[in-house]
Amino acid sequence: MDLILGNAISWLFQPITAAYALAAIGIALHFGFTGLLNFGQAVFMAVGAYGFSISVKFFGLGFWPAVGVAVIASIAMAFLLGIPTLRLRSDYLAIVTIAAAEVFRFIVSTTSAQPVTGGPQGLNQYSEGFYAMNPIPVGHYKFWVWDFKQDDLFAIAVSWLVVTFFAVLLAILIRSPWGRVIKGIREDEDAVRSLGKNVYSYKMQSLVVGGLMGTFAGILFVLPTSVQPGNYGTTLTFYIWTILLLGGASTVIGSIVGAMIFWSLLSLTGDLLSTGVDNGTITFLTQNQVGAIRFMLVGVALMLLVIFRPQGIFGNKKELYFNA
Amino acid sequence: MPSQIAIGAAVPGCAKVDPILIADNVRRQFGGNVAVDVEHVEIPRGLITALIGPNGAGKTTFFNLLTGFDQPNSGDWTFDGVKLAGVPAFKVARMGMVRTFQLTKSLNMITVMENMRLGAQKQPGESLLRALIKPLWKRNEDAITARAAELLTRFKLDAKSDDFAASLSGGQRKLLEMARALMTQPRLVMLDEPMAGVNPALTQSLLEHIRGLKNEGMTVLFVEHDMHMVRNISDWVIVMAEGKIVAEGPPNEVMKNPAVIDAYLGAHHDSDLGTEKQAKGN
Amino acid sequence: MNQSIPRSVGRKWLGIVALLFAFLIGGSTAFAATPTPSPTGDVATTFILGGKITDCGVGIPGIKISVTGPGTTANLVTDKKGLWEVQTPTTTRYLKDKFTVTLDKTTLPKDRVLIGTSTRTVVFNMVNSASAAFKLVPIDCGSTSPNQPKAAENPIVVALFNGINFGLMLAMAAIGLSLIYGTTGLSNFAHGEMVTIGALSTWVFNRVLGLDLIPAALLAILIVTAFGYAQDAFIWRPLRKKRIGLTQMMIVSIGLSMVVRYALQMIFGGDTKVLTQGETWSILGISMPAVNVICSALSVVVLVAYSLFLTKTRIGKATRAVSDNPSLAASTGIDVERIIRIVWIIAAVLTGIAGVFIGLYEQAAWDTGFWNLLLIFAAVTLGGLGTSAGAAVGAMIIGLLVELSTLVIPPDLKVAAALVVMILVLLVKPEGVLGKKQRIG
Repeated sequence: MDLILGNAISWLFQPITAAYALAAIGIALHFGFTGLLNFGQAVFMAVGAYGFSISVKFFGLGFWPAVGVAVIASIAMAFLLGIPTLRLRSDYLAIVTIAAAEVFRFIVSTTSAQPVTGGPQGLNQYSEGFYAMNPIPVGHYKFWVWDFKQDDLFAIAVSWLVVTFFAVLLAILIRSPWGRVIKGIREDEDAVRSLGKNVYSYKMQSLVVGGLMGTFAGILFVLPTSVQPGNYGTTLTFYIWTILLLGGASTVIGSIVGAMIFWSLLSLTGDLLSTGVDNGTITFLTQNQVGAIRFMLVGVALMLLVIFRPQGIFGNKKELYFNA
Repeated sequence: MPSQIAIGAAVPGCAKVDPILIADNVRRQFGGNVAVDVEHVEIPRGLITALIGPNGAGKTTFFNLLTGFDQPNSGDWTFDGVKLAGVPAFKVARMGMVRTFQLTKSLNMITVMENMRLGAQKQPGESLLRALIKPLWKRNEDAITARAAELLTRFKLDAKSDDFAASLSGGQRKLLEMARALMTQPRLVMLDEPMAGVNPALTQSLLEHIRGLKNEGMTVLFVEHDMHMVRNISDWVIVMAEGKIVAEGPPNEVMKNPAVIDAYLGAHHDSDLGTEKQAKGN
Repeated sequence: MNQSIPRSVGRKWLGIVALLFAFLIGGSTAFAATPTPSPTGDVATTFILGGKITDCGVGIPGIKISVTGPGTTANLVTDKKGLWEVQTPTTTRYLKDKFTVTLDKTTLPKDRVLIGTSTRTVVFNMVNSASAAFKLVPIDCGSTSPNQPKAAENPIVVALFNGINFGLMLAMAAIGLSLIYGTTGLSNFAHGEMVTIGALSTWVFNRVLGLDLIPAALLAILIVTAFGYAQDAFIWRPLRKKRIGLTQMMIVSIGLSMVVRYALQMIFGGDTKVLTQGETWSILGISMPAVNVICSALSVVVLVAYSLFLTKTRIGKATRAVSDNPSLAASTGIDVERIIRIVWIIAAVLTGIAGVFIGLYEQAAWDTGFWNLLLIFAAVTLGGLGTSAGAAVGAMIIGLLVELSTLVIPPDLKVAAALVVMILVLLVKPEGVLGKKQRIG
């Protein structure tokens, strides 16, 4: 039981949780503050993961230049997605971003691209440059049921530092005149246009900045693990949306707390059900079905949230972000 | 009232002594329907001009075309000598030609004050990078806020300053939209049905505000169905029907023009020019 | 398949009928930390899990395999020799754990069908190898290999045939999606699940309950129709009454899609249900599964019947009126809610037929519709959002693109190619191929 609980609690600070939180902060900017329906945050994460890891493995770049490559690729991707769609109705952005994310996934996972992207197997072992910067002395650090190596601690610390940085950045932005324009666009872009603001340019800026958050999330996501093309499907994007809506789309802190709650609960339900099946308490499920149940729970949570608490846990009911 | 507005007789498309906006051959088709087909029209500077006509006459479409919110199939128009065809809406607004909308576009989920601030032009804090450093835009923000507060007081919205715009009544939203438009410091204000849905109690103050704009030297062009208002405040009236300009002239003369009566009666038999409010629409 | 990880233990492959999974214990190379902290502090070890997919002794490339298990999620594609492998970052604790290996049956060659489940659960159980066999039918090594009748067929014509075939099925599903979008504004992400239910119900009636294919298909369509009607009655109608925004509804549909999809996975498992095998017909020198030819012909009949309905009947005309402008239609005395109910039924019937046919075309699995959903959306978008004719044309374009693209690019990129074309078309012609030009900012 301690193990299950420890596992669930550990998801509060895992680098993966931080990565999802950061990706959700990006969507908060896109959707919660600008009203852009980005259904392809997975592609920005994939750009981060692949941009970084290919730079290291294929081009032999160091850590920082590799991060630079990912950033440039992310900005390019935002323009690629934004140019055809930001002048169109919002549903076009949704379909194009979701399609682009799938296209990207197909391309990186094709066997023909294997020498560069690793194909369906993805990439690993590109994090030496990152861990080389680790100031924490080598060793095992034990707390309660957890046992961290110095690199685990480093990854956790850096991940949350990055998340904090971007959360503060967004908080500053949305309280500035820039944020005012962005929120105006969310409410009614024609009104903002009639006041002399270049709406298209602002939407693009928002797409780029939120996309960059997704890209950094993508790098955090793969630093402690490996790059697996299968991870960047639509499910990833929908998870991030669930996290965003859980915390509240028009908030900054909501994405972070949303990610923590999401992963802890998912871990807890999964482990409890698994254990139940293992020791025979739960007889109507098999181990394979436990996975399906968890996905179903996410789906149910998403539906209920959007219908009954669209502003999320932290959102202001008055600042409802859904326009009709 | 200035003695002379038009050069020569007040016929459709007549030249003005001092026009601020001149449109030529502006044509917009939706499928097979010609929504707007204006051969020539000039809007006199510094005056209040009403654009009237039956439902479906193309008034709002013409507004949209002039302000860059819709693209015509053909046509040219100039604002203060600057060609506007193909200029995007936000640049039109920056040039000092600002509009409001038939269906009020108050930005509901931000506060009244933020709505106002949004109207101000050339804000340093609206650039992404400068937005991050408050000292770079703080002083400008204070100046804007002061100007906005002044306008809000004038429009009797100062008490609502920190409320979400969603909490305003329909008439107050119209006022807010107008006040916000003024934040852009325009030369030409284009109001699309400023009276639609406004509580009669507010009508008089709205009229005063529109007169106030003229007194401050702005040109006003408005679309309206309320003939009392048209008679009351406009210096010049332009009548559209089926996309074309069918009559022009000072309000009292235009209302007697058989072409105008035809246009209205042709479209709505129950219309009573100047005695009954028209159904909203277009 | 070159691995950069050095291995200290040699490998061996076990060859079994058509496909096998072999497990080898790799060296103790330092592997990046797993996302889950190791609670027991076991020694980290890298395992390599791999296998070979063969058909008549020849490795088949391009088959998608996914492996899931503790600390591992990998999607793989077999290489030129039919080989695949994955490393599983793990601890010895996981030797007790189960890995699920799933073969994506849609990536099998068209004339090869997997018998039985496409999922294998493998327990490491402290042994260094385990295997599971998959059987492919029709395995007719004698006739396919030496005679090579396929070689005589023009690949362009084959792709064209397949493209038309697929496009027609997609068209019905796309019209269903487009109808609902047109009348209610809902972008229904749960639309793919209607396709899946159509395909899986056909399997249940036909293969489990033993009905003939035609009654089974009709019952399946009935089930999808009931599902569509219920979906509208219990979810979308109440939400419309609640005046919930369209974006919200769209996200609700994403949630619904997940719930239904994984419920189907719970009920039916992760494997592929085989619906067809049977005779092939030779048409214009091309051998096609008879059932696909019949499905194509029926699709044409359905589409023609639908267009007659839309243009000739009163309800059809009312439907178009609502789809053009709901509030205007309401003001002319059309009962919009009633039309929406009818639209949901028609959409569900069309999508149900598409589901049955797609099941017969590429077999049925819990995620059949999900994989096709994006293509359906692409078809609707390409054709111009909200028009039936547009959706049908868009679907034909997408169907042809998907199949024809395999002539020039690797088959595992065929869906990507179709989506890229959709994005490019939007760039040039935002209103879609047949869409009405509308004012855009």
